[in-house]
Amino acid sequence: MSGPSLVQSVDHVALLPAYVAAGTAVLVLLVDLLLVRASATVATAVAGAVITAVAAAAVGSGADRRTFCVGTDCSYVFGDWSALVAALVALLVLGVLALSGPLLRAGNTPVGEYCFLLACSMTGGVVLGAAGDLITLIVAVEVLTLPLYVLVGLRRGSLASAEAAVTFFVVSVVATTLTLLGAALLYAATGGLHLERLGTLLADEAVPDLPLTTVAVILVVAGLAFKVAAVPFHAWAPATYDGAPLPVAAYLSTASKLGGVIALLAVVSQALPPEVTGPVLALVAALTMTVGNLVALRQRRTVRLLAWSSVAQAGYILAPLGALALSGDAAARSTAYAATVAYAVFFVLLELAAFAGVVALRPAGADGGDLDDLRGAARRHRWVGAGLAFALIGLAGLPPGLAGLFAKVTVVRSLLGGGAGWLALVVAVNAVIGLAYYLRAAALLYAPAGEVTAVGVRPARAVAAALAVTTVLAVIVGFAPQIVLDLAGG
Amino acid sequence: MTSGGFLLLAVLAVPAFGALAVAAIPRDRAARLVGVIAATLTLVAAVALPVGRNQGWTAYAATAAAVRPWHAVDLPWAPGLELRFHLGVDGISWPLVALTALLTLLCCVYTLWRVPGRGDGRALVALLLVVEVGILGTFLALDLVLFFLFFEVVLLPMYAIIVGWGGDGADPASRDAGRRAGRKFALYTLSGSVLLLVGVYVVVAAAGTADIVALTGGTELSRTTQLAAFSLLALAFAVKSPLWPLHSWLPDAHTQAPTVGSVLLAGVLLKMGTYGLIRVAVGVAPEGARWAAPALGVLAVAAILIGSLVCLAQTELKRLIAYSSVGHMGFVLLGVATLTATGIQAALVGNVAHGIITALLFFLAGAIKDRTHTGALSELSGLRETAPRLSGLLAFAAVASLGLPGLAGFWGEAFAVVAAVESGGALWTTLAVSAAIGGALTAAYLLRLLRRVTHGEPTPAVAVLGPGLATAELAAWTPLVLLTLAVGLAPTLVLGIAEAPVEALVGVLP
Repeated sequence: MSGPSLVQSVDHVALLPAYVAAGTAVLVLLVDLLLVRASATVATAVAGAVITAVAAAAVGSGADRRTFCVGTDCSYVFGDWSALVAALVALLVLGVLALSGPLLRAGNTPVGEYCFLLACSMTGGVVLGAAGDLITLIVAVEVLTLPLYVLVGLRRGSLASAEAAVTFFVVSVVATTLTLLGAALLYAATGGLHLERLGTLLADEAVPDLPLTTVAVILVVAGLAFKVAAVPFHAWAPATYDGAPLPVAAYLSTASKLGGVIALLAVVSQALPPEVTGPVLALVAALTMTVGNLVALRQRRTVRLLAWSSVAQAGYILAPLGALALSGDAAARSTAYAATVAYAVFFVLLELAAFAGVVALRPAGADGGDLDDLRGAARRHRWVGAGLAFALIGLAGLPPGLAGLFAKVTVVRSLLGGGAGWLALVVAVNAVIGLAYYLRAAALLYAPAGEVTAVGVRPARAVAAALAVTTVLAVIVGFAPQIVLDLAGG
Repeated sequence: MTSGGFLLLAVLAVPAFGALAVAAIPRDRAARLVGVIAATLTLVAAVALPVGRNQGWTAYAATAAAVRPWHAVDLPWAPGLELRFHLGVDGISWPLVALTALLTLLCCVYTLWRVPGRGDGRALVALLLVVEVGILGTFLALDLVLFFLFFEVVLLPMYAIIVGWGGDGADPASRDAGRRAGRKFALYTLSGSVLLLVGVYVVVAAAGTADIVALTGGTELSRTTQLAAFSLLALAFAVKSPLWPLHSWLPDAHTQAPTVGSVLLAGVLLKMGTYGLIRVAVGVAPEGARWAAPALGVLAVAAILIGSLVCLAQTELKRLIAYSSVGHMGFVLLGVATLTATGIQAALVGNVAHGIITALLFFLAGAIKDRTHTGALSELSGLRETAPRLSGLLAFAAVASLGLPGLAGFWGEAFAVVAAVESGGALWTTLAVSAAIGGALTAAYLLRLLRRVTHGEPTPAVAVLGPGLATAELAAWTPLVLLTLAVGLAPTLVLGIAEAPVEALVGVLP
């Protein structure tokens, strides 16, 4: 695999979104240093996120751009798919910035560092979708997660926050080590690191079917499953979410989870043999949704409820990938990939809306509190309460949350199309369990307040705006799910 | 678009926009009035549906589809999910559409006069209209995925009605009971509808289309697929109908729901199950239906017998009527299970009759509970002495419910038994005889109800009642009384219109 020339020609246009994202991080630091005004820093980060999304869309609208190539194998491929991922991550960062308004204004959080870390993490997400080899992929995932160790621990003076940061750090490092070990073993077994080359090498009959290969595949999948918080690698998520500042928890359960899913999807769809990953992922998906939903039933704290529910949702996201083992034909497989992406898109939208609702109903800079703190909240704040209830119902997958309903429909459809009827039934049963706690939380919002004296909260304007925008988007894709399906399938 | 297609859209759009308008208007009474207007317009559109219907069977003879809608609207929605906005109405669905529109209007009128409990009347009317959209959409959908979608739309608004306006006022224990009943309703119904979702996509994955018109007859599906699909779909509809032993959500929901909630729940919500069984489960997987028919028949008869026996032991008015629904729906399901033209006709007329009569019974039970603040039969007696009109109406509805010839309840039950006898064989004859015994038990518990409530010395709760009825009550009940008589004397109102589509459906059964 020795290239004729050591000097590669680099396609800078393909890298433009990544440049913008990284530039945003640097600029945020500079602005914070030079202007020393919180609003300017945040405005820079917001502008950077917007420009990143626009750049990703603009570059992605053209033909696929490949760069850092050795022969035909490229480490960086920016196409429709990467554009979708990059734009989504940038928009999620934008949403999380909006949710951070009250937290940053409360004054306990260093604004410059906060925005810098978010922008760094965004850079990882932007590169992730374009990663063409295992190392780029793992580095991108790490860039996405690394800043979060600090962000999780940013609630000063909170022991829970520090604990959460440490838990997250330890678990995440272990996970990365596993993935790296897997990648190294794969390299040892096949001599390839590029995803597409690995795919052809592993599918090739000539490569001996070593037990080593299977171990490597399982290590890579397991390491990435940590990032998605899939059972049995989920235990870190609830503690970490609950300890983190609310907007960071929102980021963890949307952008960070999306990153894990994208990475997993990339290796599963391009590199690894479906006959090994399919059954493993089917089992993981079934366990994840069941355990997540069952434990969520017993939660009394708002963020823990959302955390466990988001564990369960990861199960639904992974489910279509589990159907791959049985279906040999390419059409069913691409349906399964598209279903995973579509579900992930619907999910991050609703999850962000749910977190926006919680942030809006809690005092500035507070943690998520107990569920009972939200009792009767929709009677005090009609619109915000309705938005949160809508998001919860959407996550449960019922009308009027049509977005969530179509998400479930997409997954069930791909499972039955892929011949995994049993998994479809597991999804169905889990949807019922899920309704039990989502409905309880949503009904609580409308329950009479009783003796609980509510803390006077005025929802911050930025948070309310984020909630409004995500809700409107959820309504739109609820009535026109084809938009998301086209994006996911493209 | 044809005028018929326009009407179809109007039937769904008017209540949908009506609900939005009601929610947007800040003044309570004005909003409720708007709700009544929207419900009236919906009824007008629904009643107008048969006008200009496609009578020319010859036009369709070449295709010989088993479902031949009078009007249809077919628009693309989400091709990636095989979802089309495909609506249509024919003789099987129209009576139920009209019944739904009528009952919603009556509920809205009733709410104009009286808002149950401590709730907000405006929100209640908006929710009633949303429920109406869901039910009408279910009856009109000619696309499996769309059918599922509308099936789901009903769930949460109905849950909100039960929890928000149910129970008895401020009593916390009663509120808890209401919440529990609501949750039970939501979870049971959702377990049914997720099975429906899986069943729908079992069919869609095998056939590559979700068009009910194309799928009816099951020509494109293998036997295995049909068996799997029918099992899933039948289970889903059995929860909704409800079929014993999946009925246990129903008594709780009814007991706790406000009057208008019970009326819609018993009057038309349950019919989504039986309609789905006929149109979707039997239509799409006929071989599966043939295979499962004996089991369905046995369960239906079990429902009749058990429902009646449980009714004999009930001590609460609304609970008794709720359990009586289990028995009555048993007759409807028995009719479907025979898979003959007579049986399915009986099921359709039974559906409509049960909708009218039970709606009336729940209105009356609600009126009694509102006046006396109790539903316990032991605290009610001598209604005849103090409130003769109410008592007379209750007697009329009870007698109609027990299936007196000449009233609406008779035809469905009698013909379900006849259809079972005609099916022949030891099993079906036994089932017919058992169902007939169940019919006798029905008479027994309804007469017991009448004896307990209307006769005897007035209890303290009843003694204070006045004889008068409110205008809104009369307005809500009179159409139901008249329809009970009309369907009873001229069942051809339903049977005539359903005859051709039922023949067509039975024609494709193996």
